[in-house]
Amino acid sequence: MERWIFFILAAVTLAGAANVLAQRRAVHSALSLIVSLGALAGLYALLGAPFIAAIQVIVYSGAIMVLFLFVIMLLDPKSEAEEVDKNPGLIFVALPMVAFLALALFFLIRSAGTPEARPADGPSAIEAVGRALFTEYLLPFELTSVLILVAILGAIVMAKKKV
Amino acid sequence: MVPLNYYLILGALLFSVGALGVILKRNLITMFMSVELMLNSANLTFLAFAREWNQVSGQVLVFFVMVVAAAEAAVGLAIVIATYKNRKTVNADETASLRD
Repeated sequence: MERWIFFILAAVTLAGAANVLAQRRAVHSALSLIVSLGALAGLYALLGAPFIAAIQVIVYSGAIMVLFLFVIMLLDPKSEAEEVDKNPGLIFVALPMVAFLALALFFLIRSAGTPEARPADGPSAIEAVGRALFTEYLLPFELTSVLILVAILGAIVMAKKKV
Repeated sequence: MVPLNYYLILGALLFSVGALGVILKRNLITMFMSVELMLNSANLTFLAFAREWNQVSGQVLVFFVMVVAAAEAAVGLAIVIATYKNRKTVNADETASLRD
């Protein structure tokens, strides 16, 4: 049963990801990416990480993709429709390159074998994540707020009238 | 239980699709979306190993990756807007003024 859910979610994820590349208009790509990220949230839940699955939906499919859609719609919609391939030969270089990357990773993973499972460190899921976040990883966690602040300031400065 | 390798292979495929997008696409926004795909494939790998080894650190790292991705998206899209204001295009090939 779990395996079937995995295969369905994996298929939706990959189809959405491929559709991001197949669409010529950025809006359609963004909507397709939201589908892909939603299916990934399901996979995260399947992996026993409900907290990550929730913030995947809230932060990724929610906040980040809305930001993308805002920017796409803020810019001239005509400019994204005419995405002409000035370099049609590029696909003959890119496809073998990426196929090689995928195959190399595939065989690397296949040959590696599964590691032995280690014993659990305490209660799983959300409680353990919260405990780790506020004890062991407290300093990085606090530093992320500084990072977000810097990102906000950077975004404002960049997008201001005159750069 | 789904084996670890299935997740890793899915992550590898997802990363490859993202890399293909960064190479092939010329629209700056679509290239950004491909980068998000690659980040998510890394997240999937982190979570797969977190489950395999019963470690919570994997989930915490994914949390940090997401925070960095959010910051990156905010600044990156601001750069896209600034580029569009200055050059009236979001095509990566037409913004290569350093190369010419």
